[in-house]
Amino acid sequence: MHFLVLMRMVPDVIEELEIAPDGKSLDREALRLIASESDDHALEEALLLKERHGGRVTVVAPEAPEVDDLLYAAAAKGADRLVRLRGVNPGLGVPALAGSCVAALQSSAGLLPADLILTGAQTIEDLDGLIAPLVAFRLGLPYIGVVTAVTEIAEGKASVIKEFQAGYRGEFEIALPAVLGVQSAEKPPRYVPVAKVRAAMKSAKIEDVEVPQPVAQSLDGIEVLSMAKPEVAGRAEMLEGSPEEVAGKICELLAERGLL
Amino acid sequence: MAGSVWVVVEQWQGQINDISFEALALGRELADALQVPLEAILPGPQCSTLAGQLGCADTVLCADHAALAEPIPEVHAAALADLARQRQPRVVLVPATNNVWGVSTLLGAILGAPAVNFAIDLKASDGALEARCVLYGGKLETRVRLTKEPAIIGLWPGARPADQGRSERQPAVEQVPVSVPSDVRLRLKRYIEPEAGEVDLTREDILVAVGRGIQSKDNLELAEELAQALGGEVCGSRPVVDQGWLPLSRQVGKSGLTVKPKLYLALGISGAPEHVEGMKNSALIVAVNTDPQAPIFNLAHYGVVADALELMPALAEAVRARKG
Ligand SMILES: Cc1cc2nc3c(=O)[nH]c(=O)nc-3n(C[C@H](O)[C@H](O)[C@H](O)COP(=O)(O)OP(=O)(O)OC[C@H]3O[C@@H](n4cnc5c(N)ncnc54)[C@H](O)[C@@H]3O)c2cc1C
Repeated sequence: MHFLVLMRMVPDVIEELEIAPDGKSLDREALRLIASESDDHALEEALLLKERHGGRVTVVAPEAPEVDDLLYAAAAKGADRLVRLRGVNPGLGVPALAGSCVAALQSSAGLLPADLILTGAQTIEDLDGLIAPLVAFRLGLPYIGVVTAVTEIAEGKASVIKEFQAGYRGEFEIALPAVLGVQSAEKPPRYVPVAKVRAAMKSAKIEDVEVPQPVAQSLDGIEVLSMAKPEVAGRAEMLEGSPEEVAGKICELLAERGLL
Repeated sequence: MAGSVWVVVEQWQGQINDISFEALALGRELADALQVPLEAILPGPQCSTLAGQLGCADTVLCADHAALAEPIPEVHAAALADLARQRQPRVVLVPATNNVWGVSTLLGAILGAPAVNFAIDLKASDGALEARCVLYGGKLETRVRLTKEPAIIGLWPGARPADQGRSERQPAVEQVPVSVPSDVRLRLKRYIEPEAGEVDLTREDILVAVGRGIQSKDNLELAEELAQALGGEVCGSRPVVDQGWLPLSRQVGKSGLTVKPKLYLALGISGAPEHVEGMKNSALIVAVNTDPQAPIFNLAHYGVVADALELMPALAEAVRARKG
């Protein structure tokens, strides 16, 4: 079995997000990037599947600052092949990015065939589409998103669990090869100690794959007019003081409403 | 009709989802501004029985096809694309729920049309369509202009009140044939019912909600003590459930519960749109977060920039003292 995981770096929203002078984009210089959370879950699910069914895990990630850390961490967790896609411009534009990724997958680098292509269900900057259905569409493969488990792989098919709403889930059968948009893995992503990542840096190799005829990563049919902090009707009234003082104030509010 | 505004209506267990009415309310405003008809697209079998609820639209287009009973993104996208090619709408509003997750992206891909995600508002400005979208977990918003048609809009919950999209009026109903792919490689085997929780959180008056900010499972005890003092229950955001600290039956948000308690105390929760849609209608929201920029403060009535781990015991103590 070959499990191919597509991973992306996204801004860490715990940090202050600075807007670029054009008022329409993020100041990418000032950003700290981290692996997109659901991509981490996609990797974990792939590793669990490798443990269960045998085979290998390839991680493919478009180049970005700190992407090497992501790839080495993946190796330390058990990924077998690490691929950095070169020639992809950072920024918004998911269909264009999907086009670049698919071109690289189909290139002579030997990334395909894969039985399952796994990636996150969504990133926090997917303004113009989700990458999993776009990759599936371009490769002509079946797709399902919001996946939380792959329960069985047999006879060219996989059984997957997907989330609906209000706690309802569904079990689906999907023909392989297929593309999954993973929401969360069956287990929380495994932790790797820094020492193991350091060891992976020495032993694992990152391959560069050039995107053939890079597609300009831009928005098509969408013009960004502005990017800013949200316009809000009313922000919270802030309560200040020591924990005891604030606790007292919250008690007042609850008492006024008959909740105490 | 060519140039009309479309709202794709979503069915869930034989009922029309609230977000479809929200989308209809927004679609109505837009259609009136553009002076074009509003058409509701209702995919699925037996849709004629539901069409009468969609009087907010001028016309309901019933795509009554057995293959649309199952939430298969590829099938729904193909049917919508087929219909869009026949009738040339100007804009297609698609509810962004988990159910047919990915359908708006696929529809855009098939039609070669722009598909925006995370939209919370849409208007016509000088004849052009302008959408407002939430990015970065609610930390930023972007305004975008759609420069190609049809524009596919993945609409997030809360754009308009659902009631604004309900109407007693009887809409015109038209049956429309659609073609769907025959070699579908994805099939629903079964629905899995929600795990039964010990309590029904949607009936609780007081919810103490914890997020990743509580940092470890051990700290859950502080929340439980606080909930006990207040006479409420503990619930949480997705990462807390993914970590296995709380059961799925206590998750609030897009994939979990929608709650409307009298008090929602959000501790260490950032306020991502997928969480917010499950609790935004709570009567009183008090948020505690170490990050003064956390999006939850844009929604909460009261906010505290503090370490939740310090505030929880202090508040539990104060509540106990008051209750005597
Ligand atoms: C299809 C889909 C469905 C989803 N469904 C759901 C759903 O049903 N429910 C849901 O919740 N999410 C859902 N999500 C996930 C959602 O996008 C967010 O990732 C999630 O809500 C974030 O949870 P959080 O606020 O606990 O974590 P984070 O966003 O990581 O926020 C943690 C917060 O804690 C604060 N903090 C840190 N330390 C402290 C401290 N000591 N004291 C106080 N504050 C502190 C930080 O400043 C931060 O704001 C879904 C996502 C997708 C794509």
